[in-house]
Amino acid sequence: MNGESPLLRLMNVSQIYGTGQRSFKAVALVNLTVTEGEFLALLGPSGCGKSTLLRIITGLQKPSEGQVLYRGLPLKGVNPQASMVFQTFALFPWLTVLENVEVPLKARGIPSKMRTARALDLLDRVGLDGFETAYPRELSGGMRQKVGFARAMAIEPELLCLDEPFSALDVLSAEALRGELLELWTSGNIPTRALLMVTHSIEEAVYMADRIVIMEKDPGRVVKDLKVPLPHPRIRKDPKFLDVVDRVYAILAGQTQPEHVELGTAPGEPGRTRALPHIVINELAGLLEHVVELPNDRADIYRLAEELKVNSDHLLRLVEATELLGFATITQGDFILTSLGETFGEASILARKEMFATRIRRLPIFQWLIAMLKAAENHQLEWDVVQTALELEFPPEEAQRQLDTAVNWGRYAELLAYDDNAELIYLELAGSVPTPSPEGRDNGSPQVVI
Amino acid sequence: MAKSPRLFKIEQFTVRIIAWGDIVVLVGLAGLLYAGVRLARDASTVISGPVISLSPSALPLYASLSLGRMTAAYILSLLFTLVYGYFAARNRRAERVLLPILDVLQSVPILSFLPVVLLSFSAVLPQRLAAELASIVLIFTSQAWNMTFAWYQSLITIPKELREVSTVFNVNAALRFKILELPFAAISLIWNSMMSWSGGWFFLMAAEIFSVGQRDFRLPGLGAYLHEAANRGDIGAILWGIGTLILVIVALDQLVWRPLLAWSDRFKLEMVEGEEAPTSWFYDALLSSNLVNWFLDRVYHPFSERLDTFFGSTFPTPSQPVVEKSGRPWLLYLVGSIGGMLLLYGAFGAGQMLLSIQLKQCADIGLGVLATLLRVVAALFLAFAWTVPLGVAIGTSPRLASILQPLAQIAASLPATALFPVVLLFMLRFPGGLNLAAILLMLMGTQWYLLFNIIAGAAAIPQDLKYTTVLLHMSRWDRWRILILPALFPYIITGGIAASGGAWNASIVAEYVQFGGRTFHTVGIGSLIADATEAGNYPLLLAATLSMILTVVVINRFWWRRLYRLAEENYRME
Repeated sequence: MNGESPLLRLMNVSQIYGTGQRSFKAVALVNLTVTEGEFLALLGPSGCGKSTLLRIITGLQKPSEGQVLYRGLPLKGVNPQASMVFQTFALFPWLTVLENVEVPLKARGIPSKMRTARALDLLDRVGLDGFETAYPRELSGGMRQKVGFARAMAIEPELLCLDEPFSALDVLSAEALRGELLELWTSGNIPTRALLMVTHSIEEAVYMADRIVIMEKDPGRVVKDLKVPLPHPRIRKDPKFLDVVDRVYAILAGQTQPEHVELGTAPGEPGRTRALPHIVINELAGLLEHVVELPNDRADIYRLAEELKVNSDHLLRLVEATELLGFATITQGDFILTSLGETFGEASILARKEMFATRIRRLPIFQWLIAMLKAAENHQLEWDVVQTALELEFPPEEAQRQLDTAVNWGRYAELLAYDDNAELIYLELAGSVPTPSPEGRDNGSPQVVI
Repeated sequence: MAKSPRLFKIEQFTVRIIAWGDIVVLVGLAGLLYAGVRLARDASTVISGPVISLSPSALPLYASLSLGRMTAAYILSLLFTLVYGYFAARNRRAERVLLPILDVLQSVPILSFLPVVLLSFSAVLPQRLAAELASIVLIFTSQAWNMTFAWYQSLITIPKELREVSTVFNVNAALRFKILELPFAAISLIWNSMMSWSGGWFFLMAAEIFSVGQRDFRLPGLGAYLHEAANRGDIGAILWGIGTLILVIVALDQLVWRPLLAWSDRFKLEMVEGEEAPTSWFYDALLSSNLVNWFLDRVYHPFSERLDTFFGSTFPTPSQPVVEKSGRPWLLYLVGSIGGMLLLYGAFGAGQMLLSIQLKQCADIGLGVLATLLRVVAALFLAFAWTVPLGVAIGTSPRLASILQPLAQIAASLPATALFPVVLLFMLRFPGGLNLAAILLMLMGTQWYLLFNIIAGAAAIPQDLKYTTVLLHMSRWDRWRILILPALFPYIITGGIAASGGAWNASIVAEYVQFGGRTFHTVGIGSLIADATEAGNYPLLLAATLSMILTVVVINRFWWRRLYRLAEENYRME
């Protein structure tokens, strides 16, 4: 199904939020072409701008810079040839299944009889015959998403955009629906010329798409454009399939850069501040403990996701944290503990805290925070003050989450203390700590590791 | 009973204590009041009231007159709500102006406007019409704000995906209103309409019984009937009147609000089947009625289809603006600046008029505000004293709740102002009777807000925490101190805000009454306003009304809003 003519082209598309010093690039200089007959997957960690890109492509959002061409013409407003399926289904809960599918037809002024006939036909095709008068809340997740598909196809779109369509479903429904979508698509029974799916599941992308565009965050950008040369139906145990999955994992996890780039710079200094991955320390410890038990202290990342029962997005965040702290390295899709990571995995709670503390002291963001606290009166700062300072590097919401994570890590390492009532961050130096109220501290106390 | 706690939620859109908007609005209000007072100068000094018949056969007419006023005001409020809320939600620039205005307006004691509105209307309109319109305007001003907030809040909280769906599929504005915005806001609008409606009774009854000196502004209606009955000491007529009022309120609940609630259950957003859906026998009966179904099939559906097609073809799917436009600022600026100038001019006039106030009168005003404040505080304390223990008892015991809550709801639905003449009949015999009666009226008007909030708060205390206090062998006192009072705090504050607003309003009718051919006064800002109205002392009327508004707004901001913020931040169970 190799395409002939380009359906959609993105040229140097960027999305910038905010203005002046506090502006952030959600998407930077993306170039992308979707040709007819193609099933394209946009894959990347959360926050890499893939959903933003989808909204730019459908015309829901106008890019700050760059151009979107549809069949060679610049896109103005919403693309009438495009349709969308949403992660959360986005059905109107107060309309029946039939009425939901009729919405796009009604909006186009199609008369009642024709509308109903077409909607019924679509429901029939997705296997929802007999559920016309049901309300969405009476349906299972999988059936709701089928309504979502039927509605999206009601206007016979040339370009069907799917925003993580399976990630809110249980495993079995998701699998069934994937198969049904592929069947509709490969059989050519629908007028759709191209499919564009956003996902963060590597396996799903490899299972379904003809081409995978891999994105990275900070700022959101395309790092790799990869063809999947496997015929449908694809078999997950097939070594060729696993080979592609491994390659994608390696690309996503192995973006290792020299240390000064890797660690970033302190907030306010030239250069970018490396964002802390939002992870819970217990899970980090759990991961290291798991891998210590494995032969050679190494594991295939793809397998790890299965063994630990976490999704790939989550696992990649954990992996990023271990790398950042120097507990592990990634080589060719394999996760290998460093000797430090091995020690951590086997250490006692107190020893872990000490190791963790020495490791995070290297991070510019902590060096900056500690220096600020040292300079401050009583070694304490208001939460808001620190957050405002961080907002020079991150968007406000992200700044808050960064500080959340930093304080959490700092508390675990016993470098920082935080008083929730007064919203004050303290430096935890022996002797100089003002005694914050009891509630303010107990969150940072050591907890039993999984 | 399905009385949702959100019924009594006061919307607080900002946590700032005082904002520029407050000052602008207060200046604007001063300007408006000045215009009213200027008009009032020409009001005739003798206004004869209607003759109120005490015959029970007159009651159906009176009931329908009262109901008509309520309905007219409600329709007005709904229209205002839809338009104002829509603008505030859609237009960033408008939002920054419209929301602060709304925020002050909802904390202003509406009833203090009554004399000025009545006088100014009767100066330019035929007398009967003036009183009718004044009552409708008054009810409108008591109903509109919370509904507008509810609608605005709904509009801005519509889930992003649902908005995106409408945009992706090019749904035009009319269809969007019908399938997205109105359904999404329906439940909140209905709850707030119920709340507005029951608040409206309070103001309607006050308007129907209002008379000062030679000016009798009473309106034929249920309120005036009860007033007249109490005036003449006719116990039989009082019972007839109260019976009719209860009947009207219960009938409205059963025939309008319950069916609406049952119907609106489909608009809830949760994708899981709810616990127990509200039910209504009348709604079920309507659903199975042939006539209704015929109407839906033959008239309503074809008509709405026609309408959809009309809008679909007349306003063919515009290529949706990607970023919501901020509207036509020049129009807004023009209207805003003309209106602003007029109000400023009015405020200037008000300022000049206020200059003629003597020191003695200033002292009177100060004393009046203080006296009324003391009464409000007393009423609130009394209300706390009985609602906290009872509310906790009901909230924590389902058995007690099933017995007492329906009773409390019926009692709460009776507007306190309607019963006030009856209270007077008994209280005026005692020394200092009006003083006590005033506090009692404030109490009657406000205790329910507290009670229902406390019940909701007590019912929301997690079972685990209750078990923990038992397991820890806490003493009864410790249990209250450590668990119950902190858990109730946000609810007490929310109830307290509504209650104190109600109490201030009550002072207008409670501190000055004409009863049994005599006039009774007590010291207070409410009686000062009535006195000024009677004497035609317009500068004093303006000054007293403004001081009352200012006092209430200041108390609201510097006392209640701080507490509210504290409650939100530190005492919320999540």
